[in-house]
Amino acid sequence: MAQVEGQQHPIGIYFKIWALLFVLSAGSYMVDYLDFQGLVRWSLILIFMFGKAGLIISVFMHMMWERLAIVFAILIPPVAILVLIGLMQMEAQYSWFSRMFFFAGGE
Amino acid sequence: MSEHAHDTLLPATPTSGVEGLAADWGSDQRAFKNVPWGKAMMWIFLLSDTFIFSIFLTSYMTVRSTTTVPWPNPSHVFALSFGGDPIPLILIAIMTFILISSSGTMAMAVNFGYRGDKKKVFWLMLVTALFGLSFVGMQAFEWTKLIVDEGVRPWTNPMGAAQFGSVFFMITGFHGFHVSIGVIYLTVVAFKVRRGDYEKKGNYQIVEITGLYWHFVDLVWVFIFAFFYLW
Repeated sequence: MAQVEGQQHPIGIYFKIWALLFVLSAGSYMVDYLDFQGLVRWSLILIFMFGKAGLIISVFMHMMWERLAIVFAILIPPVAILVLIGLMQMEAQYSWFSRMFFFAGGE
Repeated sequence: MSEHAHDTLLPATPTSGVEGLAADWGSDQRAFKNVPWGKAMMWIFLLSDTFIFSIFLTSYMTVRSTTTVPWPNPSHVFALSFGGDPIPLILIAIMTFILISSSGTMAMAVNFGYRGDKKKVFWLMLVTALFGLSFVGMQAFEWTKLIVDEGVRPWTNPMGAAQFGSVFFMITGFHGFHVSIGVIYLTVVAFKVRRGDYEKKGNYQIVEITGLYWHFVDLVWVFIFAFFYLW
């Protein structure tokens, strides 16, 4: 290896992020425990989910200290998944509508 | 033109920001500077794994949105009673906290690896593996409860939509498989650390690479928890 460089950082940051992950997990469990519904539920689920995922990727997996060349190579391709989700959402609505229309009454 | 003459003609390579990105990708040798090949390969594997799990979760979204039969409420399905009233989703919450704890001990192991503290790395990795093992144990308990007590199968389900069973077993099964492989991987590396393999090389990068895999397993669980258990 021409260049070998490890990701060495003060240990304090890991403790802080660890504690924060516990808080966010507790928050996401509370969404269910307190039985929030509708838009509030979905907003909270997504906020806690992206918060946790972001902290794990950026700090525990050291992404925030990596060079943009690898950050972009790893984080940009998954954006394509959004297209799949969009397509499948449309498809699902059509399937559901067809089932309700042609097989009304369930299975 | 000799190589040396060529070198002197090159402008200084920018090392950060968007200019650094362009320079790195344009430098026909190594795009990922300061990233050892092992780590780059692990990241690329994890990227491919991201696609697999994303596709599983998208399929789940699709079957759940198309079924005309009511979807069982995970909050009740995964409730557990410790003598009193059933507590909603409690086992899954405990599993989540176990995985977060294991991510923390793994991050510590990576940190002590770069400090060259062999003993601490070994113990922290072993504790991480044990957390992982307890996670798999709880998952086995959860599966048993669903299969034996509630009669859930991949093709049928007394609580509602049949797709619930297939999606549940496929997604949590694939994740549990990742955790199990991770436990083996962690244990192997931990014992190699104890034997002094990396001390000899003076390079604890492998601990960080193992850590990437482990954190990824935790990361996937964040999404499964949000979409499968909380929806």
